[in-house]
Amino acid sequence: MQRFYWTIRRELWENRSITIAPLAGAAVFLVAFMIRLPFLPANVRAAAHLDAMAQRAAFSGWYDGVAGLMMLLVMVVATFYCLDTLYGERRDRSILFWKSLPVSDATSVVAKSVIPLFIVPIIAYIVATAAQLIMAILSSAVLGAAGLNVNLFWQQLAFPRMSLLLFYHLITVHSLWIAPIYGWFLIVSAWSRRAPFVWAFVPPIALLFLEKFAFGTTYLRDLLASRFTGAGMDSIPVSGTMPTHPLTHLTPLRFFTSTSFFVGIAIFVLCVVVAARLRRQRGPI
Amino acid sequence: MTSIEARGLRKVFGTTVALDGIDLRIDEGRIVGLIGPNGAGKTTALNAILGLISCDGELRVVGRDPWSERDLLMHDVCFIADVAVLPRWITVAQLLDYVAGVHPKFNRPKAEAFLAKTDIKRKSKVRELSKGMVTQLHLAVVMAIDAKLLVLDEPTLGLDILYRKQFYDSLLTDYIDGGRTIIIATHQVEEVEHVLTDLIFIDHGRVVFDTSMEDVEARYLEVMVHPNNVAAARALHPIQERQVFGRSILMFDSADRAQLATLGDVRTPSVADLFVAVMGKQGGAA
Repeated sequence: MQRFYWTIRRELWENRSITIAPLAGAAVFLVAFMIRLPFLPANVRAAAHLDAMAQRAAFSGWYDGVAGLMMLLVMVVATFYCLDTLYGERRDRSILFWKSLPVSDATSVVAKSVIPLFIVPIIAYIVATAAQLIMAILSSAVLGAAGLNVNLFWQQLAFPRMSLLLFYHLITVHSLWIAPIYGWFLIVSAWSRRAPFVWAFVPPIALLFLEKFAFGTTYLRDLLASRFTGAGMDSIPVSGTMPTHPLTHLTPLRFFTSTSFFVGIAIFVLCVVVAARLRRQRGPI
Repeated sequence: MTSIEARGLRKVFGTTVALDGIDLRIDEGRIVGLIGPNGAGKTTALNAILGLISCDGELRVVGRDPWSERDLLMHDVCFIADVAVLPRWITVAQLLDYVAGVHPKFNRPKAEAFLAKTDIKRKSKVRELSKGMVTQLHLAVVMAIDAKLLVLDEPTLGLDILYRKQFYDSLLTDYIDGGRTIIIATHQVEEVEHVLTDLIFIDHGRVVFDTSMEDVEARYLEVMVHPNNVAAARALHPIQERQVFGRSILMFDSADRAQLATLGDVRTPSVADLFVAVMGKQGGAA
């Protein structure tokens, strides 16, 4: 257990983009937010006569924006991480050092698989929540100074619910649901002698075209698209809104009992086992 | 106790036979030089001992099967495989933290004390250190691990002479304690021969020579023969003859020292010369 903990820490030392990318994204976003902040009271006033959802829409775009940016960054960071982690250590020969320590290949690879599955989304979640909290506090100060109802703003924002929905969405769709794709990336990373990105994407895309032209069907495309976006798997969103909209209806029971969820997790576990076996047999490139 | 025992070790890569039936037995506390030409199978043999590759045949290292029990094996075995395998992004402090976190036999104060004698700073990243300093750092980590077996594969390759000398001096003074087994594979034989207790020559995936240094001293003699004694010396069946500055040097296996002394100056051959003689004989036979 202690080895597992230190191996996770080691991954975070090596892959600083796991924390830096969300922080940088949030920082840029906050700067943009602050430039637009003076216009907030006017926007809220203009929406005052509309229905509750439209009133919320007067400011919620910023919060959805941060959430959406973090979802995108989670996918990008996790993809880069998975494809590089088992390839990079062979390329720079450091695998010979790691293998000189009493840490099994299974421990190493399981630790590496926990990074995209939990560490990346959780860090992104913490950064997103902190950024949203800063935005909400600044907003209430500006709205209060303009003589607008700050309580109503917090009520409409529904911060705790919005935050819970983001957490749920990141852990389900951007982790457990997409897991088999990350598993495939780990195998490619452990196996390829060069250009893991090409090996990760070209064969599936080739198969996808093959299916389209040979059979005229798009099962594979639909399957992969569903795994990447997770549309409608974890919740029933209000149409035209982000999955973090407070009115979104959570459906964890449906998600965690669906066959496709279990199939995905089973494929992921199998991929981790294969990647661990490959790491054991492969030496430096 | 036996540290390493191998019987009929075989490894084939595609059509290349890397190990062709290696039989070995290395007792605890020996310091073994593993010497052979490029491509002889040294690294393959070491990789098998370290559990990095699977092999046919029987192999036990400190009482374990290295392939199936690699992570357990690494409690008792350390290795410096090649130079510059430390990850370049890691800082010295992180490296010590990590090894202390995962290795139960790592004595951190000992590593710190060793590093205090060098110019290596805690906050430096490995990529900022010179090649010599990286080797010092790796040695500091390895020497602070209370292992039963240490494997060194060309540990000083590419280092300048000062670092090379320092490396073996550190190893001699701080590490060798009679209980630990050390295997050193290197091309720079002259730098290690005074440290070794045993010699193993390996060629074409086979052990061609396996003797203790005491036996080498007892068996092999080299005579710088007076020019008028050359014919008499040749009659005693030397295993090798070479010319140095116009003088003939003949090497003998199990000859009578007193008899040889009448022909010229007698001394124990260097490992490098012995290697050339043994390998030459192998080549002739093949």
